[in-house]
Amino acid sequence: MSVPMILRHHDIPDLDQLAVYREFGGFEAFRKVVATLKPGDVIQQVKDSGLRGRGGAGFPTGMKWSFCPNDLWPHYVVANADESEPGTFKDREILESNPFQFLEGLMIAAYAVQANVAYIYLRGEFWQIGLQLDKKIAELEQAGLLGDNLLNSGYNLRLYTHMGAGAYICGEETALLESLEGFLGQPRLRPPFPAVAGLYASPTVINNVETLANLPPILLNGPAWYRDFGTDKSPGMKIFCLSGCINSPGNYELPLGTTFRDLIYEYGGGIPEGRAVKGIMAAGASSYVIPVDEQVLDTPMDYESLVKLGASLGSASVIVLDETVNMAWLAHKTTDFFKHESCGKCTPCREGTYWMAHIYKRIETGKANPEDIDLLNSVARQIQNKCMCALGEFAIQPVLSTIQTFRTDYLKRIERRETMVEGRES
Amino acid sequence: MNQLLAQYPNEIEKILAKYPADRKRSAVTPLLYLAQRAEGYLSARSLLDIAEICEISVTDVASIVGFYTLYYDQPLGRYHIQVCTDLPCALRGAEKFLAQLCEQLGVQVGVVTPDGLFVIEEVKCLAACHRAPMFQVQGDGEMVYHENQTIETALAVIEALRQKVLQMKGVVG
Repeated sequence: MSVPMILRHHDIPDLDQLAVYREFGGFEAFRKVVATLKPGDVIQQVKDSGLRGRGGAGFPTGMKWSFCPNDLWPHYVVANADESEPGTFKDREILESNPFQFLEGLMIAAYAVQANVAYIYLRGEFWQIGLQLDKKIAELEQAGLLGDNLLNSGYNLRLYTHMGAGAYICGEETALLESLEGFLGQPRLRPPFPAVAGLYASPTVINNVETLANLPPILLNGPAWYRDFGTDKSPGMKIFCLSGCINSPGNYELPLGTTFRDLIYEYGGGIPEGRAVKGIMAAGASSYVIPVDEQVLDTPMDYESLVKLGASLGSASVIVLDETVNMAWLAHKTTDFFKHESCGKCTPCREGTYWMAHIYKRIETGKANPEDIDLLNSVARQIQNKCMCALGEFAIQPVLSTIQTFRTDYLKRIERRETMVEGRES
Repeated sequence: MNQLLAQYPNEIEKILAKYPADRKRSAVTPLLYLAQRAEGYLSARSLLDIAEICEISVTDVASIVGFYTLYYDQPLGRYHIQVCTDLPCALRGAEKFLAQLCEQLGVQVGVVTPDGLFVIEEVKCLAACHRAPMFQVQGDGEMVYHENQTIETALAVIEALRQKVLQMKGVVG
């Protein structure tokens, strides 16, 4: 079954206006939750829905909430709107076009853990979105949906935006908290986890924008309804960000378990000039590059099936690579990204990404020899499992997978057998 | 005397109200944006002012400026034309777009145009992969996206900014 739950603005004009949003059921879920449900019941319903975090890790949302201890106060909720993974642009569309559904979801999450203050951490580049959200929050205060004693329940809630300032790493939840506290955006050692000691050392829930936007329909229609969509272990709809070598790039909200083939050919309009698909990155730049054959195209995109391919679904940022893309060039691009974005805290990531970028530059400028491929592989292996956060692990995914599967692309670059324009072999 | 506080008392009060009273340090990033708004970069003086407001050392403030990419500690063109060339954008022609833009403006990446107005920067993902080539303009205290660009539309955006500056000068002079 398939129905738009989040990208409803495709069918409803002006959904970003409060009056329109309310006309189409907006804030009914929040009203129901605050007026009729205990916080523990909200957590249970979200657990029962099977909703998993849409930011990349896929952790069960209700379970994440339940880790907040009830003997430590205050609690905080932080919305992670630091969307920065190359290939990911879904949260931006939600924030721009259906902002109230996101805000309502954030308010439901805050009620569930009884937080009286919630922050929205936006990447600095979402400047215009931040200005818009401030206006929307003011409207909700005017309408009595934010503030003190909401709906005569005794519950108080205030929302604040906080702009980041240009750092991919702040999408990592503990680096985000550091940044929000006014420090360098560098990850914290865990444990303690944010649910116990998060923002200002208080119990904190951090959820992705898309995760939060799922909450109003779940609470309004119930967990059983939600489970009608998607697969048993990956329930619900998911926004797939489709980019790269594709005729119609964009955001597509489809049930989890939709196949790559349907996404690429039915929704994405296929590949320009009818070329063949050579590889797929399913989780943005931090992907294992999946070599594509007919069987891969028929793989359902859910959390479990991608793991079976040695990859992961991440935030479902599907970058399509056609037969002309040179994979050594590709891994150079992603390595440059991670080198720039490494926060510098852990030596293997900071130095390793630097050296990998150095070797790729050598390959690109015709100064490498075939042994450099093994050197790259060795540097990548020395980053593996040696860092505090996932950035180092992300950085080596495209490197290791392209060396493993597309070694000839590296040799072609090293031996200058092909001329290449913007990563395309001609 | 804290010049920043004297210049923007209401805005600073609003910023500080977002955070617990004993967590003023959280205000450092919004205050840096505020201080950068008028001149497009952060003066040594404004770092001292922010340190005082946040009750932290000026070294701490400077480290924040150095860590994040959207802060500038020296003047570098009024408008930053920030072109994303990450993988998905590159697959849609962003590298060629960047090269052409540099050629048309007669400057290299990171070099300010002779009139002091523009600097082209190659930046990391801006969450607009499906609408590449694209760029963001950072300047006058704002950040604005321009997507699905051609070299012609990009030059038109730049020309409009140039005209805006000329008009403002006309009013003042």
